Amino acid sequence: MTETLLEVQDLSVRFDTDDGAVHAVDRMSLTLEPRQVLGIVGESGCGKSVTALSILGLLPKTATVTGSVSFDGTELLGASRSHLRKVRGRQISFVFQEPMTSLNPVFRIGRQIDEVVREHMDVSKRGARARTLELLDLVHIPDPSRRVDEYPHQLSGGMRQRVMIAMALACDPKILIADEPTTALDVTIQAGILDLLREVRERLGTAIVLITHNLGVVADLADRVVVMYAGRKAEEAPVHELFAHPQHPYTIGLLGAVPRAGAARNGRLQEIPGRVPSLAEPPGHCAFADRCPRADEQSWSEVPELREVRHDHAVACFHPGER
Amino acid sequence: MSYVEARPLGARARRRRILRRRFLRRPAAVASLLIVVGAILAAVFAKWVAPYPPEETDFEALLASPSREHLLGTDDLGRDTLSRIIWGARASIQAGFLATVLAMVVAVPIGLIGGYYRGWLDTVIARVTDVLLAFPFLILAVGLAAILGPSLLNATLALGIAAIPPLIRIARGETLALREEDYVRAAVANGANDAVIIGRHILPNMTSTLLVQATLTIPAAIIGEAVLSFLGLGVQPPTPSWGVMLNAAQPYLNDAPSLAVYPGLAIVIVALAFNLLGDGLRDVLDPKTER
Repeated sequence: MTETLLEVQDLSVRFDTDDGAVHAVDRMSLTLEPRQVLGIVGESGCGKSVTALSILGLLPKTATVTGSVSFDGTELLGASRSHLRKVRGRQISFVFQEPMTSLNPVFRIGRQIDEVVREHMDVSKRGARARTLELLDLVHIPDPSRRVDEYPHQLSGGMRQRVMIAMALACDPKILIADEPTTALDVTIQAGILDLLREVRERLGTAIVLITHNLGVVADLADRVVVMYAGRKAEEAPVHELFAHPQHPYTIGLLGAVPRAGAARNGRLQEIPGRVPSLAEPPGHCAFADRCPRADEQSWSEVPELREVRHDHAVACFHPGER
Repeated sequence: MSYVEARPLGARARRRRILRRRFLRRPAAVASLLIVVGAILAAVFAKWVAPYPPEETDFEALLASPSREHLLGTDDLGRDTLSRIIWGARASIQAGFLATVLAMVVAVPIGLIGGYYRGWLDTVIARVTDVLLAFPFLILAVGLAAILGPSLLNATLALGIAAIPPLIRIARGETLALREEDYVRAAVANGANDAVIIGRHILPNMTSTLLVQATLTIPAAIIGEAVLSFLGLGVQPPTPSWGVMLNAAQPYLNDAPSLAVYPGLAIVIVALAFNLLGDGLRDVLDPKTER
């Protein structure tokens, strides 16, 4: 058993809204080891982003978070603002989905990266600039010495996402949380960003939490995959195991919905019928039951708990199996 | 090829060039800028620009029509109208700028703090602002000036205070919008503290809005100064001010209407110029009106 860098246990997040409580995340547990890439997959609204944001206490005040998030042996849930600020960006940093709007439009990119560097490290102005150039080079921005003096609007989306990654890496964080880092980019640029993330892991040894709805991205990069559905973990396994032997009917459905070259035998992609359930009240039965071909009486009367069905492969379903 | 030669320019220089070109394409804005600059220079260098000292009387020419010696005529005491208008620009420009600066210095931090931290403090700020906004700007200024007592300084203070509520609302509204921006979220996630977020990410992004608002507050304060001085709550005679001149012209409206017309024109032209300049700046700085 290797050491654990980040351990999330029984994390639940509830939002109190005017229309009642929304249970965005329900008893979620995750572990992340050094250098590991953990993929979190699921549809929009399944709670994957909320899980990630709650790790660093970035949720709005309307959220009630319970459970435990322990990073390097210290508890982050309920930690003081100043402690969290020291962890944010320094130990655990974030890359968001929207590269087009995630940079401050009024400052040159160099200055924005400098600021992150100086916020966390005790360096001179000149030292910060040197570090910035190094970072831009690291994320393969061509001609960094010219680009540092450009404004965000002069860069393409892919470039801006590279800048965001450079900023996130400014202080050699132990963990990089990438929330849909490639969703807003077109396919060729996506591949470049994924290559970059892979390289970051190889060269810097940064562990990465990769949040996406794209199984292709996960297959490409992740070591281990967690599939989320309706705020709960549906299945978790190493990436090859998951793709080779998916157990949860939801995972199987997702895999059926991935377009593959040469798999045109029945022409159409398989979709999962129905819609994502509302998270207003935990249903008291399997959340996937109404969309599931395997649902039976038990699925409609009990909530399936996570259990290990194969080696290192857990699933929350009464009727797991490949098929 | 213009952009080929523009390439070696730095990013900032290039942007400035684009903005300048966009500005120059608006004749009304350019003309307004010239008038504004002219008015400011005239006010600052009144001593050298004005043909006569403002209080020098010429008993040879009382209520004189425009002539070569007195380009815009003279008033009932034989004082040169042109010179008094130029000296009067000092009171107007001074009140316009100082009141605006005062209002900004007070309103922007309040708006930033309310909009950023939200909570009960913000509710108090917003409600008090709403109440104050129920009073028209000039009514508020007149009331405050009456309380403070007549002088240019007090008139400026009154105008500045009266201009605070709308500026708080604008600063707070912008803050509310900007704090939801992705780059603010990203900064928070990267461990930035509140001071950095407010000072580096929110304030700089509202400067163009504030600048445009300033060009609207300045003419309002200029007109306000004229109103207060006209009512006897601002500049006191014999010191020249456009409002004082209008007031003094009242008994002679039939015999020498030019006494009221010229200072009135000065107010209209300068206030209009600031307003048109504001419009022009808004169009130029607003990225949505590209080209």
